[in-house]
Amino acid sequence: MANAAAHTGHHDAHDHHMPSFFSRWFLSTNHKDIGTLYLLFAFCAGIMGAFLSFGIRMEMEEPGLQYFANPGTYNVFVTGHGLIMVFFMVMPALIGGFGNWFVPLMIGAPDMAFPRMNNVSFWLTVAGFFSLVCSLFVEGAPGASGAGTGWTVYPPLSSSGHPGPAVDFAIFALHLSGAGSILGAINFITTILNMRAPGMTLHKMPLFAWSMLVTAFLLLLSLPVLAGAITMLLTDRNFGTTFFDPAGGGDPVLYQHLFWFFGHPEVYIMILPAFGIVSHIISTFSRKPVFGYLAMAYAMVAIGVVGFVVWAHHMYTVGLSLQTQSYFVFATMVIAVPTGVKIFSWIATMWGGSIRFTAAMHWAVGFIFLFTVGGVTGVVLANSAVDKYLHDTYYVVAHFHYVLSLGAVFIIFAGVYYWFPKMTGHIIPEWAGKLHFWLAFIGANVLFFPMHFLGLAGMPRRYADYPEAFAGWHKVSTWGGHIFALGMVVFFIGVVLAFRSSRRAADNPWGEGATTLEWTLSSPPPFHQFETLPRIVDEPGHH
Amino acid sequence: MRTTQAQHRSSWGLAALGAFLVSSSSALAAGIGQPVPWQMDRQVAVTENARDIHSFEHGMHWLSFGISLFVLGLILYCVFRFSEKANPTPSKTTHNTMIEVAWTIVPVLILVAVAIPSFRLLRTQLSDPKADVLVKVIGHAWYWSYEYPAVENGGGFAFDANLDEDKQPKLLGTDNDMVVPVNKIVKIQVTAADVMHSWAMPSFGFKIDAVPGRLNQFWFKAEREGTYHGQCSELCGARHAYMPITVQVVSEEAYAKWLAEGKTKFARIDDPAKFADAR
Repeated sequence: MANAAAHTGHHDAHDHHMPSFFSRWFLSTNHKDIGTLYLLFAFCAGIMGAFLSFGIRMEMEEPGLQYFANPGTYNVFVTGHGLIMVFFMVMPALIGGFGNWFVPLMIGAPDMAFPRMNNVSFWLTVAGFFSLVCSLFVEGAPGASGAGTGWTVYPPLSSSGHPGPAVDFAIFALHLSGAGSILGAINFITTILNMRAPGMTLHKMPLFAWSMLVTAFLLLLSLPVLAGAITMLLTDRNFGTTFFDPAGGGDPVLYQHLFWFFGHPEVYIMILPAFGIVSHIISTFSRKPVFGYLAMAYAMVAIGVVGFVVWAHHMYTVGLSLQTQSYFVFATMVIAVPTGVKIFSWIATMWGGSIRFTAAMHWAVGFIFLFTVGGVTGVVLANSAVDKYLHDTYYVVAHFHYVLSLGAVFIIFAGVYYWFPKMTGHIIPEWAGKLHFWLAFIGANVLFFPMHFLGLAGMPRRYADYPEAFAGWHKVSTWGGHIFALGMVVFFIGVVLAFRSSRRAADNPWGEGATTLEWTLSSPPPFHQFETLPRIVDEPGHH
Repeated sequence: MRTTQAQHRSSWGLAALGAFLVSSSSALAAGIGQPVPWQMDRQVAVTENARDIHSFEHGMHWLSFGISLFVLGLILYCVFRFSEKANPTPSKTTHNTMIEVAWTIVPVLILVAVAIPSFRLLRTQLSDPKADVLVKVIGHAWYWSYEYPAVENGGGFAFDANLDEDKQPKLLGTDNDMVVPVNKIVKIQVTAADVMHSWAMPSFGFKIDAVPGRLNQFWFKAEREGTYHGQCSELCGARHAYMPITVQVVSEEAYAKWLAEGKTKFARIDDPAKFADAR
């Protein structure tokens, strides 16, 4: 895209005032350290979320109750898995982690606009996580601990159905991490709009920065609505209001509208940063600039805008009018168009390229295919008439795991393999990344593809126990889970080997295809970078 | 059923995956009124609405399959044709207006082609024909209750339908089934007494949420006598998986007989004002 005319020069860490361990990691104002903290946190939360999903998969391997004496506890696992993976794994990893690390580096900024607020964002997220963990151990439904409401926390199940304080803890967890995300969003917007290096216009900005800009606006506009909804839920629960209680003139469906007004943009909040990362990886390893750069950027803007007006496609069965349902069918289908533009543009970026199949490239290419599969089932579900059958079945579970577990999560790993040398200076052996990819690819498909069949056969989601007929595909699905878990072991081994090896990463280990500014810095980058701002000049032959 | 068996046979010749899938005797068969092991498709439709969305969705699945294969093909072509070895010098092409317009317009056309039958289906689904039989369905944690009002269909009684653990298929049978006549338009009015539930019947092709404080309505016309099973489809607490729905579709004579028996067997309800006007 554009090259840095002014090289920053190498600063060694000792050029700078290096804080002590405590003030470096607990009082941090450095975007890279905070990014690292976010990544480590997301990693730990992800392990916990994975253990919860392991509990789910073990229970579902056979009909009957094997591991959960109280099926309500199974619901608690499902809820915990969903909330942790959404709010404390995917979002911290992609936005807090890679966003903090690479947005300032890519736009040539010394740090984020509000470094101290950045730190507050991170610790609010951690505090939210602790509140969520607490909710697992206090009473929720009568006589059982934990909130078994699903990640959607629909009342009246989350109000009259859960008199204990578990739901209050879960609500507080969302408040805290939501506040952290809003502060983070303000930080990203300010940084991207004001701190780009001289010469870097918005239309020259790397696509990952574009994706983070759109994501930050989605966060800023949608999270306050969630905060409002769960605050109303909180006062319904504790202070006698009846926003969602028909006995006092309220309506449970109001909560669903408010929740999904947040909830649908939220799914784009999770996937847009991944879109940005994929573009860089595909371009780098094809040794070609991104095909249709502007279309790619504005496709993300379009997805973000339209993402706000499709929320009720999660609510086709609550009793909406024909006109309402028709509108949401139409609006939802529109999203397929910019998404298609992105898929085809990635393929066109590879087209005519000279592709090197590194581990990161494996993950990115795998993502394109799996995201397509998740996307087309999304178009199936967009049709309200069909959704009457498929809503709240395993078909939906399969769909959103294809776009999130095989979409967002695949790109988190792609990002790790792509940027690990830059972030640490160490190199994960390529064989580990590729073996991990193939295990994850096969495992995740064996895990999630049979869920389409289960959903078509009528298996409802969030069931601890099920009729015998569903046993076969559930068993296959659990095998897939084991294969995926094996891949995680390979990942751990790869990371350990990276730190034990004496090999060090070059400043730009990926060659001429890697054109963004982070590759002009040392690996790992200096504690403070771009003290002299890089100047972006147009290369001849480029727009 | 015949077509699925034909698919079943023809898939024998396919690759290892196909062989694995059909290794079970009923790999592709769909259940009537209930799921069967290794089922990969919808349950057999017994209403026109279910049949319509069934065939619409079959089309959607072939379309999805085609698009996925097309994308996979493009990816594989790039992977082999444009690998570092096969193509050492990358092109510098970053724009091609024609193709960019094409891959915007073609999906739009496909979506329009999908939307037209989709809207038509939706309109039929949500139409409001005159009901022959009206049943009020109430979700409770964790059972369903059914009320057959006296005015609308000569019932005048209500009963609870709890999971019957001894009935087969396991977890799908209730102690008192909902009974409706075949080939009659049955309208259900659905609400809930405590938390939300969802009344789902795969063979009829729909589910409708039971929301406290709201009266949701759906209709079906079952064309085949038999016993049909569904399950609660909105998370409602610990025993969410244990509140099945069983509907017996019977002949008109059998239905009249059942109504007469019900008047003595089940709790009487007298107050017709309890029911919303069906029309």
